[in-house]
Order: sequence, then C-alpha cells, then structure tokens
Amino acid sequence: MAKKTTKKKVVKKVAKKKVAKTISKKSLKNAAGKTAVGSKNKAGKRDQDTSVKLTKMAQSIVTAVHSDKEPEMDVPIRAASNTNWNAKKGILEMGDSVGTRQLFNLGQARKFMQTLLHGKSVDELLVADKTLSLRGMFYKSLHTIEGTKEKTFDDQTESDGILEDLEVSLGSLREELHIFAKKRGTMVGNITVVDNGDEINCKKMGSGGYAIPSICEPEVIQFKDVKAKFILHVEKDTVWQRFNEDRFWEKHNCILTEGSGQPTRGVRRMLHRLNKEHGLPVYCLLDCDPWGHYIYSVIKQGSISLAFESSRLAIPDAKYLGIRSIDFERCGLSDDVKIELNDRDIKRAKQIASYPWFEKNKQWQKEIKQMLNNGFKMEVESLITKDISYVTEEYVPARLKAKDWLG
Amino acid sequence: MAKTTAPKKTKRTKADAESMASKQRDISVSEFFAKNRHLLGFDNPRKALLTTVKEAVDNALDACEEASILPEIEVKIEEVTAPTHASKPGRYIVTITDNGPGIVRKQVENIFGRLLYGSKFHRLKMSRGQQGIGISAAGMYGLMTTGKPMIITTRPKKNKPAHHLELAMDTTKNKPEVTVDIETDDFPDGTGTRVAIEMEAKFFRGKGSVETYLEQTAISNPHCSITFIPPDKANENPDLAESNESVEADEQGILRTQEFSDRIVYPRTVDELPPETEEIKPHPYGVELGTFLTMLNKTEEKQLSGFFRKEFCRVPPSTVKEVTAAASTKGNSYSGSTWVKTVESKDAEKIYKALQEAKLRSPPTDCLSPIGVKQMLAGLLKGVKAEFYTASTRKPSVYRGNPFQIEAAIAFGGELPGDQQARVIRYANRVPLLHQQSACSSFKSVIDTSWKNYGMQQPRGGVPVGPLVVMIHMASVWVPFTSESKDAIADYDEIRKEMSLALQECGRKLGQYIRRRQRMKRDAQKRDVFERYIGEISRACNYLTGTDTQELYDALLAQAKARTEIADAQLDDEGNFIKDSAGNLAKADDVIILDSIDSSNTTKGAVAEAKPIVKKKRVSKASGKSTSKKRTSKKSSKKAAAGLFGA
Repeated sequence: MAKKTTKKKVVKKVAKKKVAKTISKKSLKNAAGKTAVGSKNKAGKRDQDTSVKLTKMAQSIVTAVHSDKEPEMDVPIRAASNTNWNAKKGILEMGDSVGTRQLFNLGQARKFMQTLLHGKSVDELLVADKTLSLRGMFYKSLHTIEGTKEKTFDDQTESDGILEDLEVSLGSLREELHIFAKKRGTMVGNITVVDNGDEINCKKMGSGGYAIPSICEPEVIQFKDVKAKFILHVEKDTVWQRFNEDRFWEKHNCILTEGSGQPTRGVRRMLHRLNKEHGLPVYCLLDCDPWGHYIYSVIKQGSISLAFESSRLAIPDAKYLGIRSIDFERCGLSDDVKIELNDRDIKRAKQIASYPWFEKNKQWQKEIKQMLNNGFKMEVESLITKDISYVTEEYVPARLKAKDWLG
Repeated sequence: MAKTTAPKKTKRTKADAESMASKQRDISVSEFFAKNRHLLGFDNPRKALLTTVKEAVDNALDACEEASILPEIEVKIEEVTAPTHASKPGRYIVTITDNGPGIVRKQVENIFGRLLYGSKFHRLKMSRGQQGIGISAAGMYGLMTTGKPMIITTRPKKNKPAHHLELAMDTTKNKPEVTVDIETDDFPDGTGTRVAIEMEAKFFRGKGSVETYLEQTAISNPHCSITFIPPDKANENPDLAESNESVEADEQGILRTQEFSDRIVYPRTVDELPPETEEIKPHPYGVELGTFLTMLNKTEEKQLSGFFRKEFCRVPPSTVKEVTAAASTKGNSYSGSTWVKTVESKDAEKIYKALQEAKLRSPPTDCLSPIGVKQMLAGLLKGVKAEFYTASTRKPSVYRGNPFQIEAAIAFGGELPGDQQARVIRYANRVPLLHQQSACSSFKSVIDTSWKNYGMQQPRGGVPVGPLVVMIHMASVWVPFTSESKDAIADYDEIRKEMSLALQECGRKLGQYIRRRQRMKRDAQKRDVFERYIGEISRACNYLTGTDTQELYDALLAQAKARTEIADAQLDDEGNFIKDSAGNLAKADDVIILDSIDSSNTTKGAVAEAKPIVKKKRVSKASGKSTSKKRTSKKSSKKAAAGLFGA
C-alpha cells in the first residue's frame, strides 16, 4: 500500500507542473483575445463568442464529473433521419434530434476525446488569430496518446467528421472556427471580385480561371462590377475547360463555375451569394446519373450532412439544364456513349427519387424513371461525339433559349 | 446337381465315448491363461508392461487402504536388454514397492503364484481389483517370456526380517513353485511388499503408457504418493529416493507433479485416507437365477427366512412372506419357516421371479467410497495445470441391484492446449481406464453433453474442443466392464443418466466461469479504453477551462473504475471463491480458480476474444516504470486484498 501512495504522489507532482504550464497558456490566450477585440472588431467579437462556447462545453464536462455525473456532450444528429424538408423555403433543414456523446461508452469514448482535442485546437487558433485547413487541423490535434501506441486520429476523414460535429454542437460555422477546406472549384466570367482586398477581374483569368476560395464570407470576398446575367455551373473541370476555351461566358454574358464533382461549401456559398445578392439565376450542367442528380439536389436545397447550413448555401431556384435522359434520342447520340447502370446506380436513383424534395416533383420523377428505363447513364462529355463544341455552341444555347430545364 | 457335387467319401476314424474320454481332462486355469493371455491385458509387450504395473499398484493401494496406511508406492522400470529393433520387445525388470501391511509368509505363494486366488472375488465390496487374476498373471507372463521367476520381498511385521521369495508357477497345476525362500534385511523400514518381475516388454511414453496410468492414478488418489523411475532415469540414482522431501510447492502454493533427473514424483496432496468401505450382501435385483439357485444350495441357513436375511440385503420378513406365498401351490405351501432343503427347484424359480417383481428398497450405499469433491480437486490441481477446477459428486444410485456413484470433475484453461480436443480421463473405482475409450459409457456421456451451452466449442457428435480436461469416476461394488481387460464401462441407462447429470453440474459452473471471464475481459478492455482517453480529456479541459488537470483526471478515473467494476471482481459470489493468501484453498466447495499466470495465455482457442488485449498502462503514470513492474505490484496488492478476505 505504501508503495502505491508514493507513486501517486509522484504522479501528482508531475501533473501539477503541467497545470502550471497550461494555466499560463490560458492567461496568454486571454490577453491575445483582448488585443484581437481591439484590432478587428467584428471578427474579434465573433471569435470571442466561439471561445466562450468552447469553454462552456468543457466546463459542463468538468462540472458533471465533479458532481459525480458521467460526462457527456450534446451533438445534433447529422443524418437523414434528422433532416427535414422545408417545402415552403425549398431547403433542407436540420431537425431537433440531439445525440449525447458519452465518455463511458465504448463506441463513443474515442470520439468524445477527439471532439475535446479539436476544441482545444480551435481555441488555440482563435488565440493566434490564424486559420488552418482541414488537413492542418488533423495534424494540429494529431499525437500519440501517452503510454500507448494509439494515435489521436487515424486519418483526416476521422478528423473532418469530428470538426463537423464540433460545428453543429457549438452552433458555429467552420469559418468561425478558423478552419477552411481545400480549394476546389473554378470561376470565370463577367465579374470583378475583391478577395481579401485584392481586386480580381474574372474576365482576365486566362485558361486556369479564378480558384474559388474555401471561405466566401462577405468579410473576405466582396463583389464589384457584376455585369453577368446568369451563372452556368458545370460538374467538372474538363467540361469547364471546353466552355472557357470557347469563351462561352463572353458570348452569353455569364459567370462560368465548376465544382469538381460535389461542390464544396466555398463554391456553394459563392453561388448562393451571387444568386441572393445579385439575383443571378443558376443553371447546372451535370451528368445524367444519380450522382449528377444529387449534385443538383445539394446545390438546390442543401445536403443532409450540412443541413444546418442550408439557409446560407442552398439555392432553391437553381435549374437543371442537362444532361437529360431524353438527350440520347433528342441529340441523336451513338450507342457508344451509353454507360450501363449498375446495381449501385439503380439503388441510389431509387433512393433519390424517394427523397421528400423529389417525391412530389413530377418532372423529376419522370426524369429518373426515364433514366432507369433507359438502363444507361451519360456524361456531359458524351456530347463531344457530335462535335467538339456541340455542347457550348448548340446544346446549352438551345436549352437556354427554349427555357428547357428542370426545376 | 446332387450327384455332381457329392463330396468324396473320406474314411473317418470313429471315436467312441471311451476314446474321447481318455483325452478329456481338467484344464488348469493357468494353462488356459497361458493360451488366452490377451483376455487379461497381456496381448502385446507394450500392454503387458502397463498391465503389470497396473495390477501391482492397484493391489498395493487396496492393501494400504485396508490397513489404514497412507500409501507410498515406488514403480521402477529397468532395462535389462534394449530392444534389438524398434518392432521387437526389450527385456525389463519391473519393480513395485509399497508400504502396505505386507503379506504373511504362508500366503505369499497363494497370492502371487495362483490365478484366481484372492479375497476380493467373493464379496461385494468396492475395491480396485476384482477377479484376483492380475498380479499372478503378470508373474506368469514374466516366467513365460524370460523364464525368470518373480521375486517377492515382504515384511509383514515391523522390526523383523523380511521374507525374500522367488516364485515360479507351474502352469499345468495352477500351483506355485518356490525356488528361493530366505529372510533378508534388504528392505526399507516398516512393513511393505516389493514385487519384481522380469519380462519382455516395450517401454514407451504418451497415451496408454505406464506414465499416463500413474499420472491418472495420482489424480484419483491424491492421498497416495507415487514415485516413478522410468528406464532412462533408473541408472541415475539406484537408491530408493527420499521421495516427498524435495517436492516443493510452486509459486502459486500448489504441490504439483515434479520431474527430477532421476525420478518423477506424484506427491501426496491429501492426508486423509478414503473412508473404509463396507461389504454388502447382494441385492436380489442384481442376482441371476443360476446364482440364486447356487446360493440356495450353499447356504448354511436352515430356513428360508434365515436364508433371505443372511444372504441378501433389503429383503424384509414381509417380502419373504410375499414371495413364498407366490410360489405356494396346493401341494406345497411355502413360508419363511420352510426348510431350505425342501424347496424344489421349479418352486425356487417361482420364488426368484416373485422376488424380482417385489418392491424392494435400494441397496445400502455406505459401501461406496467416492473420491470426493475436495480430493478430486486436489488431484486435478496436482496433475493438471489449469486455471479453473470444479468437481461434483452425485448421490449414490443403483443399476441392476448394484449401488454405484458417479463423480465428475473439470479442469479448464491455464496451460492446457486450447486448440485440441478435450482430454477425457475415466476411472472405475479409482483405477484409470486407459483403453477402449470410445466404447466406454463415460466417454459417450461426455459426447452427449452439449458443451456449447457452457461456452465451449463442440463439433457435432464429438468431444468439446478447448483447454479442457474432463474426469469421470464410477464407484461401485461391481463395475460393469465390457470385457475382462477392464477398460470400458458398459452402457446402462442408469449409469449414463448419472454421468450426464454430473457432467452438467460441472458444466454449469464452467459456463458461469467462462461467461464471467469474458465479461471481465470485456470490462478490462473497456477500462483500458477509458483510461487511455482520460488523460487527453483532462488536459483539453484544463486548457479550455483552467480546471485542475489531476483533480479531473482522478475524478474521471474513479468513474471509469466504477463503470468497469467487474474487472476487479475476484469471483467471490455465486459459489466462486478466492484463493487465500497462503495459497490454500478457501473454504472450498467445489470450485477452484487460480490467478492465471498470464492472461493472454488463456485466451487461446475456445473463448473467442473480440479484441486483442492491450496492456494496461495509465496515461499519467510516471513514464520510467516498466510494464512488468506494474504487473508485479498489482499482483501483490491483489494478494493483500485476498489475505484480508481470507482473515
């Protein structure tokens, strides 16, 4: 027994040292917070709110433990079951279901620990007034747990999920946590953007285009000189290149964007702001397959995992130009462009058709049914079989002229 | 057809009754044996060695117990000539020495020199040997294969010289011939007997060997101490070893079988002799008609009432009245007072039938001497390195008028191999049965038990697979063997049923233990997980709120411990108990659980584990300490706790 107590004492001493160290950090942080308030008023205030939220979260755990309750935290559930379709607003909204994340639950213990680690990292970012990428956050909170061979995070995917959890449970946006995602998506067109004070004329972006940043909040991005009349959003870079080379945006006075597949929050925020602030209609040119359909769905009414941000991201009046399932016959395409639907595609298509926001849309029910009847899918590039510039010179202009789209 | 196939007429020498009579003569039992030695377990040189040891040891144990002496037996096998070829037998001298009561000089020849001579055949009493063939048959086998007489040294009285005899048997006369008869002092102090037989044999180890037999005998007879000197050790130390002194308890405080350079010692772990068994009279249900008639002829009683009272058990006067009335006809009326001599054989048959149908009480069961739960546990503990032991003794029961009692015991885990079939060790009246396993009722009952219910794997129609030893013992005044070589118990419904019940009793406890162990493992893993993260959490909280890291850590740790309390439990409720600090068994009932030496060792095989075990290490622990140090300190604290419990 005697042995045991001495050991404990040693441990305690070590721990106390640690406490001293971390407390100094804390005070440093407070000082930094104050200066932040002084220099950047709005952002500083927001940072402080976030910081308070983080402290609250940790404090509730400490209080629970010391009053002999088991620590837990509330994390709103990000799943289809907790996503409501708001037909009036035309967007997806997150429901009220809240899951509790418990430390003393074998399945949740690790996530519990990770959430707190990321909370700490975010707080450090706020203090330093710096931003980090998702990958950066992964490394920020990554270390081997003392006395084991276990790492705090196995990979970035695990870390990303935790950050989204942190967002919803704090009710703060990613930007407010000083985190940004990898840039994805390009833009070109008749518009000038002020990005962090730099004026960028999107008419003069060469063949590469302007990379849409991850954070498109008004503090960072302002619009100037919006001459374009609409936005054409295409699914991927390859198609975008075709339109850019043919200077489609110049001919039709529009903005041309692409999202490299499922558009990131940055791209969606950009489209949303242009749509809301400048009333530019958004037309989407996507593949004729369930994945293309779902990209449209996300742009239009928001995604399930980010339902809490739908009001800032969704564009309920976005239109779907094509590719349509009838295009195979309408455009007289050859059999070579057909890509057979596999089981996964069929399953996904049926799932999409049954989403409440598609369920009552007769046009879309018809479109999906038609695709399933065809038994094949088509990519935008399939139009190249007609002519290299068929899509830019004939297909899209014809659709726009005829106002032939799905809503 | 008939014509073509008609056999050739051969001239047959006519034998008449006279000429045949000239060839008809007595067959000596010994001669019969000489030609039919396989019936008694001398079919091949391997088995001959085992049978010899077995008969001698059985006799020695029986003699010691009857004389209330704690048996000490030494078995020595010396090689005289090595086998010239692997398929040929070698020549060995088998010497068995006991500390029994010795044998009176004039009986030596009868006991060792005549087949079918003994005290055990004529009575219904639970003893190891039954027919009285054994040891003399071994002597005869030796004589036949080597021509050397059997050497017997016995000292029936303390402080007097021992008798040294050399016996050869005349197979034609079933009579011994004494070739040497002297007195000698070359014998250990005290009473006892030593038999040495030189024979052609084959020495081997493993299944069905002398070593296995002795090992299993030691398990079922924890009150005896056996020293075994196999041929490869026989030359190391020719003197009789001071056997028990050098066997020491291992770190767990358990006396176990130990192998030395010159001998293997199976130590005594129980200091009480098994209770003395009573001899009983036959129960009518177990007597066949022929036997009944013989008894009627031979009885010294004059009247029927006396005959039933003296020759049988459980036949009250009311039953005598009943059965004699049943046999009565107009001419002959029978009653208890009828003279035995006047009973006609056809009426005797009627009486017998009535007796079989009469409602009789079961035979008395005080004639049985089960090994006992405590003794079985002690025996298994000595011979089998496991972590969990349980045993059960059923109440006596009766088959065909013979009382019997079934016992079962189980050892599980520990160092037993996890990927092999369970080992079944069978006993009848404490004697290990080594052959014909699949024909034996006890083996069948192991197969019939559904071990899956108790957390073991079991292929369909097979023995369970896993780190398991199953022991079954049948004690009876008359064990129904399937053959004379006494290797398998015959299949009687009553016996099978009792065996199944005994196995189920043990199985239930095993299941309880296995489930509990799994739960403990799961909880320990859980705690590991929690403890791993607690450090991180308390540091993050400290950063965010400024709370004291250590305080929070301790509070969380306490919660984690409370959540996973079972991992600390020492299996103390539900009939499971803890080993006390001295390593003795706490007020043991029927279960022993040892701290497994290394928990990772025990996970092989049967109990499937969800996750590999992560070694415990506290997050906040001073980093310099090694894992092994932690383990030992933990162990000592556990022991201390157990000590408190014991007090």
